[in-house]
Amino acid sequence: MTALLYVLLAIVICIAIWQITSIFNLKGAIATEKDNNTQGILFALFGVFFYGLMIYSFAKLSVVLLPESASVEGEDYDKLYIITMILILVVQAITQFLLFYFAFKYRGIKGRKALFYADSSKLEAIWTIIPAVVLSGLVLYGLSVWQEVMDSSDAKDPLIVEVYAKQFQWEARYAGADKELGRANVRNIKGINTMGVDMTDKNAQDDIPTRELHLPKGRKVIFKFRSQDVLHSAFMPHFRAQMNCVPGMVTSFSFTPKITTQEMRLNEKTVAKVDGINKIRKEKGEDPYQFDYLLLCNKICGASHYNMQMKIVVEEPSEFNTWLEQQKTMRQVIN
Amino acid sequence: MSNHHKQTFITKYVFSTDHKMISKQYLITGIFMGIIGVMMSMLFRLQIAWPEESFGIFEAFLGHHQDGGVMSPDIYLALVTIHGTIMVFFVLTAGLSGTFSNLLIPLQIGARDMASGFLNMVSYWLFFLSSVIMVSSLFLEAGPASAGWTIYPPLSALPQAIPGSGMGMTLWLISMAIFIASSLLGALNYIVTVLNLRTKGMKMTRLPLTIWAFFVTAIIGVVSFPVLLSAALLLIFDRSFGTSFYLSDIFIQGEVLHYQGGSPVLFEHLFWFLGHPEVYIVLLPALGITSEIISTNSRKPIFGYRAMIGSIMAIAFLSTIVWGHHMFVSGMNPFLGSVFTFTTLLIAIPSAVKAFNYITTLWKGNLQMNPAMLFSIGLVSTFISGGLTGIVLGDSALDINVHDTYFVIAHFHLVMGVSAIYGMFAGIYHWFPKMYGRMMNKTLGYWHFWITAIAAYGVFFPMHFIGLAGLPRRYYSNTAFPLFDDLSDVNKVITLFAILGGLAQLIFLANFFISIYKGKKASQNPWHSNTLEWTTPVEHIHGNWPGEIPEVHRWSYDYSKPGLPEDFVSQSTPLFPGEEES
Repeated sequence: MTALLYVLLAIVICIAIWQITSIFNLKGAIATEKDNNTQGILFALFGVFFYGLMIYSFAKLSVVLLPESASVEGEDYDKLYIITMILILVVQAITQFLLFYFAFKYRGIKGRKALFYADSSKLEAIWTIIPAVVLSGLVLYGLSVWQEVMDSSDAKDPLIVEVYAKQFQWEARYAGADKELGRANVRNIKGINTMGVDMTDKNAQDDIPTRELHLPKGRKVIFKFRSQDVLHSAFMPHFRAQMNCVPGMVTSFSFTPKITTQEMRLNEKTVAKVDGINKIRKEKGEDPYQFDYLLLCNKICGASHYNMQMKIVVEEPSEFNTWLEQQKTMRQVIN
Repeated sequence: MSNHHKQTFITKYVFSTDHKMISKQYLITGIFMGIIGVMMSMLFRLQIAWPEESFGIFEAFLGHHQDGGVMSPDIYLALVTIHGTIMVFFVLTAGLSGTFSNLLIPLQIGARDMASGFLNMVSYWLFFLSSVIMVSSLFLEAGPASAGWTIYPPLSALPQAIPGSGMGMTLWLISMAIFIASSLLGALNYIVTVLNLRTKGMKMTRLPLTIWAFFVTAIIGVVSFPVLLSAALLLIFDRSFGTSFYLSDIFIQGEVLHYQGGSPVLFEHLFWFLGHPEVYIVLLPALGITSEIISTNSRKPIFGYRAMIGSIMAIAFLSTIVWGHHMFVSGMNPFLGSVFTFTTLLIAIPSAVKAFNYITTLWKGNLQMNPAMLFSIGLVSTFISGGLTGIVLGDSALDINVHDTYFVIAHFHLVMGVSAIYGMFAGIYHWFPKMYGRMMNKTLGYWHFWITAIAAYGVFFPMHFIGLAGLPRRYYSNTAFPLFDDLSDVNKVITLFAILGGLAQLIFLANFFISIYKGKKASQNPWHSNTLEWTTPVEHIHGNWPGEIPEVHRWSYDYSKPGLPEDFVSQSTPLFPGEEES
């Protein structure tokens, strides 16, 4: 019933809009010279608004962006990102300026004849070749970064961790002393064996299941992702890392953490961001927030998709080893 | 052909085979679906800005999917799903392409009607049927489909995973299957008509760019839509007949399902084989409309006519080999990622050519600032803004960290959403006199454009930043992450701009519907345009031209040609003595 009222209200507004303009008898339909003038000037003003919005957003919103990459591989990512962004912004600034400027400058005047200028192979060659060359450069650079990030075959003594996704939580499993993960399949899920680890596999015995992700600084970590039910995506924005978790297959991604959680908490950008967050939290009467790395789900997976997260702790190798030794192995957990 | 056979109300307004009437039917249905789609976005934007707060408007519209005015997570996901589906397919594919391909193809090529008026009618009514099914799914007990407009299985296959994947998903699939049939019938008709029914002298190289755009769009549709149909059919098999095309090794709600050996990645490939060309199915007609309107209102020929055709064809070809850029982190082989990065960035080249050609067309023109022209200039602006961020997303390496964040939302809304909607508005303002014999009010048109333009950038520009801050899309609420607390103010600003933009559309609706009855009577060629549709009488007649179909002697862009008496000359005017063809 109220819905009907809203709809009626909208219709009344529409009629009101029409009535207001007909009071002023603005029944014109085709732009006059005066309209051309006004609208041309409005385009110039819109250009000012446009650049203003851009500059304001950069000034005001840069603080919310992610801090520097917390992984070694992410350094290349950040470089490529900066180069691409600068390029985009330069092209954006120039083309939008020309567009709004021309709309303003060439607004119609009675009696002026437009220039009959239908073609110029020279100009067209210029703006085919320049983008082609610039993009080739970007593609080559981009592909070298992609290669670097996706190839983990040359890693020395990597840490193998399985990340396991299900509606709506994450679990992890470390490969243990033998550095190999035991087989697993959803058909083995039973009781506390929540990841479906095949306990008849000898590699599975020393695997270590956990509910928190600890990573050692400076050692390559190879993640193996599995999902129990629907698609999920393991997104670790601070490490410039993301990979989907796909039921029925194992996907992988790797990176080398280079900044511990403690160090990142002292990072200048992080401090500024956390200060901003805590100011807001204080106003709302909430507890202060302390920075932590996060693994979050980035593929729609159901009602609680928005709250599917796991804390990541990056620490010095010695601390990491101590933590890992305190965890129970699969065999200890199951028996 | 003649207009003498008697028409009843039913054959004239309901089961009409006249392309002009069918075009209006598409437009009105598209506008109706658009109202639903935009209203949904208002609802979920309120939820994003003020999470879990109580709103009277939720109580009014969401029925049992809210509790005391607080939206439930399930209906939030359903709203974003149906918003996407409706806007992409029902508004910007059928509403845009269906309206203007139908209206303009026969009129601009000089044909009495479509090659098959009957198929054209069937195409519209199938579209209508699919719209009815999609809308009726909103009233299901468990809610409509809610696995995202990309309906990735297993989420879309298992009702245990999300309530919308029960009957809601079934209706979604049926509706889309019918929609695809409608779209294919339409596309085949467009292709055949353009190839066979051009009037004497209308060589392919004299066609207006609108027709080139509609023609190539139809070809892309015929190539890619059947693949979505097969993807949908296999999903129906998995859902209903126990096959395992997409499903494997699933444990949900305490039990192991029997599926084994399938892969959701297969679905992603099939889906995006349509899904990416779909972007161009939406965008190319808008660009075609813009080419025509910018040229007419600049009183200048479109710059680089042949390059424009070349870039339309290059975009069309490349669009079928870039789908994998939606899947860089899907788990497919990284080598494929490299290939798709390469093809994707290639597509930036013809796109850049188009943008530069539009800007050059404005240069030294004599711009007539009609509402259609404002929307066309607006389109060029959003096309550039949105297109440039495609360079970030199309690069497999950079995509890793922005994939599925709000950066993507900002990108595609600007480059295909807002741009295509601007193209649609431009087309409506420009061809309204051709459709209804009356003019739309220009003052309302100006207000409509400026408020929409400010709102669109106000919504989508800041949205890039919250994406770069790492905020994933499709989150019901960001309150679970203190990390994102500082984005809440930005989200409020975005929502306010979105509401402003939504309200601005009321101006359009008022202008549109009231002008149909009360608008100023149109003259035969109000915009002083060259194309053939303006040689037909203002009152619609069956067969378009009362006498012979005009013969064509020139291309459609002889604006301000030196040595001619006026700054425009109809395509049907023979060359003047001593004049050379441009």
